[in-house]
Amino acid sequence: MSTTKPNLILFSIIFIVIALVSPLEEFWQIKFVPLWTDLLIYVLVVAVLLFGIQVRHKEHLRVPWRHVLQRPLAMSALVVLGVYVLIGLMDSLHFRQALEKQQGQTETQYSGDVLSLFDVLATPIRVQQEKSYSAPFSAFLYAKETIETPEGQVRDYPRLQYGGRHLKIPAQDRIPNLVMALFLSFVATLLILLVVFVVVVFFVAHHYKTAFGDTMDAIVGGKTGIPFRAMLITFSVICFLVVVVVMLADKYHILGTDKVGNDVLYLSLKSIRTGLVIGTLTTLIMLPFAIMLGIMAGHYRGWIDDVIQYIYTTLNSIPGVLLIAAAILSLQVYLANNPEMFDTVTERADLRLLFLCLILGLTSWTGLCRLLRGETFKVSQLDYIQAATAFGTGHVKTMSRHILPNITHIVLIAIVLDFSGLVLAEAVLSYVGVGVDPTTISWGNMINSARLEMARDPVVWWSLVAAFVFMFTLVLAANLFSDAVRDAFDPRITRSK
Amino acid sequence: MIATKQTQNKHKAKIDHQAPLLEVNNLKTWFDSRDQIVRAVDGVNFSIKKGETFALLGESGCGKSMTSLSLMRLVPEPAGRIVSGSVKLNGVDLLQLTELKMQKMRGNHIAMIFQEPMTSLNPVLTIGKQIEETVTRHKKMGGYSAKKRVLELLDAVGIPDPKQRYDEYPHQLSGGMKQRVMIAIALAGEPALLVADEPTTALDVTIQLQVLELLRKLQNDTGMAILLITHDLGVVAEMADRVAVMYAGQIVEHADRQSFFSNPQHPYSKKLFDSVPAMAKREHSLAVIRGSVPALSQQFKGCRFEPRCDYAWDICRCQVPAWQLLDDGQGVLCHLLDPRYASQAPDVKKQIAPVIRKQSANHAGALLQVDGLKVHFPVTKGLFKRTVGFVKAVDDVSLVIPKGKTLALVGESGCGKTTVGKGILQLVKPTAGCVVLDGAQLNRLKHREMRAKRRDVQVIFQDPFSSMNPRMMIADIIEEGMLAQRVGGDARQRQQRIDQLLGQVGLAPEAKTRYPHEFSGGQRQRICIARALAVEPKLIICDEPTSALDVSVQAQILNLLKDLQDSLGLAYLFITHNLSVVEYLAHEIAVMYLGRIVEQGTVEEVIHNPLHPYTKALLSAVPTIVPDADRQVIRLRGEMPSATQPPIGCHFNPRCANARQICRNGYPEALKISDNHRVRCFLYKE
Repeated sequence: MSTTKPNLILFSIIFIVIALVSPLEEFWQIKFVPLWTDLLIYVLVVAVLLFGIQVRHKEHLRVPWRHVLQRPLAMSALVVLGVYVLIGLMDSLHFRQALEKQQGQTETQYSGDVLSLFDVLATPIRVQQEKSYSAPFSAFLYAKETIETPEGQVRDYPRLQYGGRHLKIPAQDRIPNLVMALFLSFVATLLILLVVFVVVVFFVAHHYKTAFGDTMDAIVGGKTGIPFRAMLITFSVICFLVVVVVMLADKYHILGTDKVGNDVLYLSLKSIRTGLVIGTLTTLIMLPFAIMLGIMAGHYRGWIDDVIQYIYTTLNSIPGVLLIAAAILSLQVYLANNPEMFDTVTERADLRLLFLCLILGLTSWTGLCRLLRGETFKVSQLDYIQAATAFGTGHVKTMSRHILPNITHIVLIAIVLDFSGLVLAEAVLSYVGVGVDPTTISWGNMINSARLEMARDPVVWWSLVAAFVFMFTLVLAANLFSDAVRDAFDPRITRSK
Repeated sequence: MIATKQTQNKHKAKIDHQAPLLEVNNLKTWFDSRDQIVRAVDGVNFSIKKGETFALLGESGCGKSMTSLSLMRLVPEPAGRIVSGSVKLNGVDLLQLTELKMQKMRGNHIAMIFQEPMTSLNPVLTIGKQIEETVTRHKKMGGYSAKKRVLELLDAVGIPDPKQRYDEYPHQLSGGMKQRVMIAIALAGEPALLVADEPTTALDVTIQLQVLELLRKLQNDTGMAILLITHDLGVVAEMADRVAVMYAGQIVEHADRQSFFSNPQHPYSKKLFDSVPAMAKREHSLAVIRGSVPALSQQFKGCRFEPRCDYAWDICRCQVPAWQLLDDGQGVLCHLLDPRYASQAPDVKKQIAPVIRKQSANHAGALLQVDGLKVHFPVTKGLFKRTVGFVKAVDDVSLVIPKGKTLALVGESGCGKTTVGKGILQLVKPTAGCVVLDGAQLNRLKHREMRAKRRDVQVIFQDPFSSMNPRMMIADIIEEGMLAQRVGGDARQRQQRIDQLLGQVGLAPEAKTRYPHEFSGGQRQRICIARALAVEPKLIICDEPTSALDVSVQAQILNLLKDLQDSLGLAYLFITHNLSVVEYLAHEIAVMYLGRIVEQGTVEEVIHNPLHPYTKALLSAVPTIVPDADRQVIRLRGEMPSATQPPIGCHFNPRCANARQICRNGYPEALKISDNHRVRCFLYKE
């Protein structure tokens, strides 16, 4: 049927990508280091793509998604989420760069640093490390030091190694320099937007077969079915921020630096991947448990139902944090005893991240499972399940063809609602100390390390604020989007005009 | 308990010359949906006099409920709005009142009862409190006097032992009792007009009879007018003084009862009468109204009924008919009766003659034999789920269905007839007894063998909306059985078979790639039939397949079922409570009461010569269209007892007028009256 064709295309693309791995490694002098979480993310991306293809062919899924697509707020949130996901995906392609060949060396040696595509793009802010704290846009360190000058020793704020080094006299030059940069980015943004707008109008006009001018009027007037205007406005705000960052990132530390002089902007951006991994992979791990056990309990009833209920009630009554702490601590011991298992520190930290997802998933499937069990009870009372039984349809087929599609809306709603909760959970767990590995860059770790500096005077506020703003934006966007998804899929909410 | 039905209200002769109580003028209620306007009520005029019963008759989706909600100003806003018109109650235009004043009108002057008594009462308040609420609101009473008034009301609506019922919760009452409580609430404000929206549709015939009688009695006592909204011609015949027929948002015919039932004028009314199944029509196929109700989002250029009308000619397509007032006060919205055009009307008598049906060939031999079938559900209690008793849903039922014949299983809701069907299908495990289909004892088969045997017996359900997976396309739905039973050849052959099946049930092959929600109730039921036919069954269990459908659609489905029986030699077990359908379709009848069959025989024997008092009561309770002077109505006391604690002795004895001591001692054995006719009653012992 028609659904198989796009699937075939998808699989052939995957095949080509795998076939291209070694020539690309040759070409770029790198060695791909697929981390466990990377692989799972790719699996997830493929799964989402397949689901998207399926949605196009299933009326009952397409209609609610179309409702989501028509909500301006949800679509703006989607643009924001898209930027996060893009950064996260770029940060999920890891490799090790080849070292310069030494004399008489035949084999290529690879660096011990595992970098990602995003790291390469963000090279300036990654490598421009200062000595310690410095405030946003500052040209000086945050603490006074004794500086050797021709006139002797002076106790003053020393100049930063990278931040604001192009400024001759920072106090005078900084503001005009920044204003100029802002103005330039504004102009650049306008140019980019113009191009993007024309491209969007062109594609929309092409897709809906409308005249170019009419399409433009419709988009500007906000009369299109999909709210292109709202999306473009959101996009322009993001675009402006990105241009500013691109122009200023190698000259200033836009969000300051942390205790060891790392650029906070870099840390915040790197944390996106960690947040997304926790939010999505946990769900991916939780779903099979929740769906299978929930449907089985509701469909078979009797002792199977009793056993499943027993399992989740027991699991539910153990405090989640305790279970997570115990699991993470025992993993830590295991990792400490087996250092030979990993080539790099990154790989070790990654395993801990994966394990955190796993244990979070194992503790959080019970809620969804309970919901699905109840819904399955309801659905399996309906006549079409009886009709299927009367045809002699087997249990597995009944569950997969009749029950699962009719409870998908609950699964979808649960996924999007859980996502933001999990992102926040990571922050809390890392703060408590049972979250991700201390070497993993995450918002939780940023907050954890910034917490001590809150007591300092003058206070070091930027780490905390940066982590807060980035996390807040992601969670807000995810919540707005999930609201729209819930509205569209919840059968109890009737959608009238 | 037996009384002749001549107690039509005496005062009604006098009401003719009074000023109308309610006057509805050019009422229009429209709905905004997406980009279009749905004209649910499109220019409705009628008036109701004091103390009369005015029936608004129509099929689902014709706008009759919306009309009643508009009168109450309860149209769901902002989706719907009353666009124009006036609703004058005692000269006050309800549509002009402020919401605060309207609140005072509701209940005090105009009250409403709804179809579904189960959901109209608040489950967490005692019924006494719920009635009292209305009493205190409208009558400025409080404390003791309010309670006294509530007890009076409960007594007036015929609820036994009002003092005790006052403190009971809705779930402790049966459906009929709940509807009585609803009526009591409506009466609390002593309204001048009671709007009854399908008040008995959810009730069994014997209970329907009780509720209709109650309404009639209350009308006699209080002199209130009733606007009765219904789809049931029988109820109209029983209750109404005047009738208005609604179609597609308009009233198309308007007459007093006598002239409406003796001489319906509008082609739609005529068709409605023709499509009601009856014994006399057995040899013919039923008249059907082709097509379906037009979408109300369009602007009509001609007559709304034109696409479905047998009499239509050119003028009907291009000119909206004008209201024609006939001599005796009957009014019709049809060009046929317009003196300007009547002469042009084509003669269509020939086309609409009913098709005579061939007698189906006589098949010999029993296809299904059910012997002593029992289905008991354990009642468990406590932490360890100790069994404390059994619900004897089916208790010793024996049936035989010959090949190619129809056995109707008749009974009120809760009598266990659906469970018999499920027991035969092995969807519930029978507790005892045997089910033999075509030589194989189904309840002894192993799981795997049973799965193969499922091909021979299929099922059609009552609710066409829940009987198909909304997430599957029609082709997949029909294919499912073929895949499970490995019939129908390869993929291409199966697709051909699906096309053929859809053709067989009168649907286009394009339906294949669509989803169930795109079809109307009748079309869905056809798809369900096609799905059942896909595995070529020998027996189809039809569980109330037409009770969710309108009369005209019901006729289509009944015709289809009969045609299929003739051409494929199918046998049906037809589970229903609708006796007119049984008369039309069935060869044999089994009447069930509280888990047991009390009487069975051929259709002629049981309908013409019912022996069991329950069968007699059931038959007499069905409202009839044809006025029958010497019809004896048997009123049954109370309602069917619960199957957890069936009465000792004959289950029917507490409600039976002929009960004697022997009836309380033991359950009667089956008594053979003729070759086919059996009855279980002590009256025929000697």
